Amino acid sequence: MSALRLNGGLLLLLLAAMAAGLWFGETHLSAAQLQSAFTDPASPPGEILWRIRAPRTVAAAVVGAALGLAGAVMQGLLRNPLADPGVLGVSGGAGLGAALSISLGLGAFAGAVEGAALVAALVTGVVLTALAARFREPETLILFGVALSAFTGALTSLVFNFSPSPVTLAEVFSWLLGSVANRDWSDIGRELAPMAVGAGLCAYAARGLVMLSLGEETAAMSGLPMARLRAAAVAGASLLTGAAVAMAGIVGFVGLAAPHLVRAGAGADPGRVLAPSAISGALLLVLADLAARVIPTDLELKLGVVTALFGAPLFAMIAWRAARSWRG
Amino acid sequence: MSLAFALEAASARRGGGEVLHAASLAGRPGEVLGVVGANGAGKTTLLRVALGLQPLSGGAARLAGRDVGRLSEPARAALAAYLPQERRVGWNLPAWRVASLGAAHRPPAEARARAQAALARVGLAELAGRGVLDMSGGERGRVLLARVLAARSPLIMADEPAAGLDPDAQLLALELLREEAARGACVVLTLHDLSLAVRACDRLAVLSQGRLVADGPPREALTPAVLAEAFRLEGRIEETAAGLVVAARRRRAHDTRASASAGLSAKPAP
Repeated sequence: MSALRLNGGLLLLLLAAMAAGLWFGETHLSAAQLQSAFTDPASPPGEILWRIRAPRTVAAAVVGAALGLAGAVMQGLLRNPLADPGVLGVSGGAGLGAALSISLGLGAFAGAVEGAALVAALVTGVVLTALAARFREPETLILFGVALSAFTGALTSLVFNFSPSPVTLAEVFSWLLGSVANRDWSDIGRELAPMAVGAGLCAYAARGLVMLSLGEETAAMSGLPMARLRAAAVAGASLLTGAAVAMAGIVGFVGLAAPHLVRAGAGADPGRVLAPSAISGALLLVLADLAARVIPTDLELKLGVVTALFGAPLFAMIAWRAARSWRG
Repeated sequence: MSLAFALEAASARRGGGEVLHAASLAGRPGEVLGVVGANGAGKTTLLRVALGLQPLSGGAARLAGRDVGRLSEPARAALAAYLPQERRVGWNLPAWRVASLGAAHRPPAEARARAQAALARVGLAELAGRGVLDMSGGERGRVLLARVLAARSPLIMADEPAAGLDPDAQLLALELLREEAARGACVVLTLHDLSLAVRACDRLAVLSQGRLVADGPPREALTPAVLAEAFRLEGRIEETAAGLVVAARRRRAHDTRASASAGLSAKPAP
């Protein structure tokens, strides 16, 4: 399938899903109300549509795109189909930053928790980029990632341990479960800059990923500036993941599954999987958020819970079908 | 004539020990140089330090007269192509795509044309569209060889290009590498099969425990004494109807002791 057709088709699906995201919600909007929402954004239906549903749907799309792209870059860099944006510990770092800031009572200040999550993700990203420059083998990087994940997880547990009140504890936990509910345009705007930089770095790194599929030494002899490309891939994926966690908490499986969903259409070239992975990640998360809203439960389902519940079986199914192309 | 590569008293360490000791070796355009030696003798290390993929602990390594450590990545890629022993491919890329990566510095259409031509040379034109992970190990090895051929590099370093190939494909691979030398490239290859080595190479460099113990035309390099020291073999090169072969058998334990006490020297040939 040509890249244009694949990306175009996915974009159309994404737009349809986003339209559905505006349509469905807790409050049913009639056709007349929808019309008034478009003609008068200040009307009550307009408020629901433009201040609640639209930013929420856009946040889901943006976070999904960031995670899908980061996942595709990680899988290409580590030559591992099981890699996801969190594999190197960036999600864990961002989660720790958020947990720490909430338990320190910074939740009252707008953007403080998100800022702390992003800063913590950046610190983890800088550590990883330095490690990636020193150790070329993907296996080594994965081991460092596991260690970083475990360490940030342990520190997050420590935050739980010293949490001043059950209310704070619940707040941290709820944040970590992942959600795009109650996100406003400023929340989205804040993370767009780091995401754009991250996406740019990933696009720059794309041409190195296909070389890496032939091994470190072949890539090193290919004439490409591999050290720079590798650093760009790690830094870009870290920025994307950090900004995504800052906007929506920890949302699993999207970054893992999105590249697999498109690989059959995009081909095996890890550089060409990037763009469709971003779009399919956005599509997955918009649909997951829609499911979180329309599945009738007393308390709204958390986005991270939905992606894990639906994502895990879906991923197993993809893995079953794709197992052939993973042999090596 | 300028040298395609040169090692000057090159030493290298790995895992705390020295695996290459002051090796001096050079390759000229148009020649096929075989690097042979027992397992762990330092063959791969020699190729890697020559290409700047592994740091030297002493001496110097040059490509086309220039210090390999000071070459930019594109400059190094323009001077040498490398076929590592590692045959793993991370994703199920089609064969033509893998082969075209050898010419990644060329425009895409030219890279693809070169890839198709190289795949035809290794006898895989029909399988150009097939994923390399859907191929046998030997077919994948030929695709990776095609990648190196597509580079049309002035220096080709191939680590065990015949490994894992059937006898016919082994001969084809060596024939293609000889063709590259005929077009003017310097071809350096490591081989385990000594009979293949004496037939395919213009010159052999023999490594034993990280030291270069012989360097010259096959008959001069692989003397019975060198076979004994570098390979613990008792035998010699013989002329047969099929060309040169190395006729040898394992040395018995007391022979090894005898040769050790006789102090077979490790003097590199001039």
